Amino acid sequence: MSFPDPIAVFRTEAAELLEQIEAGLLDLNVNLGDKDQVDAVFRGLHTLKGSGAMFGFEALAAFTHHCETAFDRVRKGEVPATQALVTAVLEAKDHMRALVETPTGDHEAVGETLLANLRRAVDGSGSGSNGAAAEEAGPAQTLYKMHFSLPQNAMANGTNPLPLLDELRELGECRIVADRSNIPALDTLFPTDLHISWDVELLTTQPRSAIEDVFIFVMDEMELTIETVEVPAAAKPATAKAPAAEPAKAAAAEPVAAKPVATPAPAAAPAPTDAKAAKAAENVRVPAEKLDELMDRVGELVIAQSRLSQLAGGSGDLQLRAVSEDVERLSGELRDTMMVLRMVPVTHLFSRFRRLVHDLAHETGKAIELVTEGETTEVDKSVIERLADPLVHLVRNSCDHGLETPEQRLAAGKPEAGKIMLSARQQAGEVIITIKDDGRGIDKDRVRAKAESSGLIGANANLTDQELYQLIFQPGFSTAQTVTNLSGRGVGMDVVKRTIDALRGTINVTSHPGKGSEISLAIPLTLAIIDGLLVRVGSGRYVIPLSAVEECLELSIEEDMRSRGRSFISLRDSLVPFLRLRDLFRTGTKPDPFQKVVVISTGSERVGLVVDQIIGDHQTVIKSMSKLHHDVATFSGATILGDGDVALILDVGHLVAEGQQQEAHLRAAG
Amino acid sequence: MSEAVRKMPEELWGGREELEVLTFDIAGEMFALEAFIVQEILDLLPETSVPGAKAFVGAVINFRGKVIPLADIRLAFGMEATKPTIDSRIIVIEIEIDDEPVLAGIRTDKVHEVTTLLRTAGEPPPSVGMRWRPDFIDCLVKRGTEFIIVPNLQAIFSAQHAHA
Repeated sequence: MSFPDPIAVFRTEAAELLEQIEAGLLDLNVNLGDKDQVDAVFRGLHTLKGSGAMFGFEALAAFTHHCETAFDRVRKGEVPATQALVTAVLEAKDHMRALVETPTGDHEAVGETLLANLRRAVDGSGSGSNGAAAEEAGPAQTLYKMHFSLPQNAMANGTNPLPLLDELRELGECRIVADRSNIPALDTLFPTDLHISWDVELLTTQPRSAIEDVFIFVMDEMELTIETVEVPAAAKPATAKAPAAEPAKAAAAEPVAAKPVATPAPAAAPAPTDAKAAKAAENVRVPAEKLDELMDRVGELVIAQSRLSQLAGGSGDLQLRAVSEDVERLSGELRDTMMVLRMVPVTHLFSRFRRLVHDLAHETGKAIELVTEGETTEVDKSVIERLADPLVHLVRNSCDHGLETPEQRLAAGKPEAGKIMLSARQQAGEVIITIKDDGRGIDKDRVRAKAESSGLIGANANLTDQELYQLIFQPGFSTAQTVTNLSGRGVGMDVVKRTIDALRGTINVTSHPGKGSEISLAIPLTLAIIDGLLVRVGSGRYVIPLSAVEECLELSIEEDMRSRGRSFISLRDSLVPFLRLRDLFRTGTKPDPFQKVVVISTGSERVGLVVDQIIGDHQTVIKSMSKLHHDVATFSGATILGDGDVALILDVGHLVAEGQQQEAHLRAAG
Repeated sequence: MSEAVRKMPEELWGGREELEVLTFDIAGEMFALEAFIVQEILDLLPETSVPGAKAFVGAVINFRGKVIPLADIRLAFGMEATKPTIDSRIIVIEIEIDDEPVLAGIRTDKVHEVTTLLRTAGEPPPSVGMRWRPDFIDCLVKRGTEFIIVPNLQAIFSAQHAHA
């Protein structure tokens, strides 16, 4: 077992911290007075600074320090949180990300500009400038007397007290005395135990919280008492200097500030740390590749297991069968557990859109409200990763094309702020992600005109609304009259379509003029293993995803004969078109006497597939088709059967579309 | 054909004087592929035909748990189909298509040996008088009285891929 690269671990951690910081900032943007969020952002920045310095990301630590300072002042109420500050720190946060990713890059210039912005944002506000001015004039120095001790096992746990002392020294004039009274005799001394505690006298202009911040990482376990000895300040630096030499004991009786504090009072800080620590204990961080590897192994196991089942099924040995059934059950359970491990909530995916929408609102000058729903819906990790880009395109599109400007909205009698709703839910074996806006809707006439002029459809082609909407996913299609920074270049929507296709998903568009449009993506929950129905067509075996199968029935001889001309069967009073896979695949063998029909569906559309034999259900590890076969739309992948042969997996969406097309042709014909 | 095509393809030799290759027979002609792209030589495996795919890559095989296409070079060179014999083998190669590594099997009638080809014995494909598309051949290497064909797999596979 190799240990992960600490730098890589830090990067992961930093990415999470930055995400937290961003979330906090965005929440703060909505409610500027939210003290908890200020604290959360501050804590995030502080941790980032600390661990950045620890792992050698000096530039990051130095830069973050400035942001931290700014938030520290907000936290203490010296300056109010303002929109400008939040925006400045948001921008700075992006810079921090760059510093994490390429610490050696040339970031100075960018960093300077951002810091200048930040300073303006902090000092721009009225009370802020007062605070700054007061600080420059030489604020009151305070004498703190503290005593602290760390737990006995602190050093064994990796805490080194010396840097803490150094940090204290940086705060001001400092006298540190080690209290060695607790050190046991040599024969009972355990070398890694910590028996020393410290008495510190610190004369500083920094507030008490600065001292507490020094101990922020060890706060929960340590004992710390701080006494404040107010030094009569500071109008004349000369007099302030005098008592610094010999601290005036008399002043210790300041009634308000001199309260000794056992474990420091500001409960807000340690409490979340506790919660976090508790959570960390329950979670294990595993690199994604390890999970993928495990998934592969489980996949191989499933293949081996189906081979075993096949052997056992063919033998009369009852004991073998019993064992085989056990293995089947176990591997099924293992597979399900594995699936759950790979599932992550879409929260991560959705949270990044808050930032996107925030930025887009700035750029377009529109007021946009983002509402998210169903964040706890869980989707396979790899699906989530690949969904991010298409969703960015769709959200951008909604903001840019869908939503009107505030004036237009008011004129149309709608609320000024446009609303974009991002929701996720599970439905059967799929996750449905919907992007809905209350904007102007898709202009059908313009889509049609554009499609005709670019030759995608013939003039006056007879298209359903759905077919017309699907045109916007064609490469090079854009109805935006002006190209903006956001969209309108005609790239993007076709990328969305391609990605969703690659995920074996479908896109559904609905739109109402003046009311808004809704784009929903239906994506299979997982890319790795599915339950399939194994069928035989000619001499080839094929897998149909079980989630799409509605029912299986026999094609009666009369129906078989009758349907030569028109490929329909009547299924409980409704006509279902069917495809003869033998013809489609040109098997060239004699059909079996009793043909079977497997009825498959996507949503409300159904189609029957005529096969020679239904073999049974089969757990399928999906192997993607080679690049050289990307032109074959009938199959979405392949799988390896128990006997080592390859079976192809039918692409249900494609076949249904084909069946529907056939139906449309027949309807048109008469 | 322009001068450029008549020149010895530099990417193949890349300044080297020798090539280490695997030689094999297809339909009576001897071919050679650079040894480093060869992953494995397999006995014939059960094939699964892919309805709707182009004949050149009309089937897939199970290569150690991976599903890879089986390519038939004869079709690219317009050669006659030959019956599988006891000597028939599948050569599994890895080539780059659109900057992505792709595994594929090649059906051969007989695999000979790993040998060294000398640059000095090589000739660019003649632009006339050949049954085959010249851009499908990197070079011809004389050996005794015979020529060994070094096919340009990149061109062959990309052509099949592009026509998709």
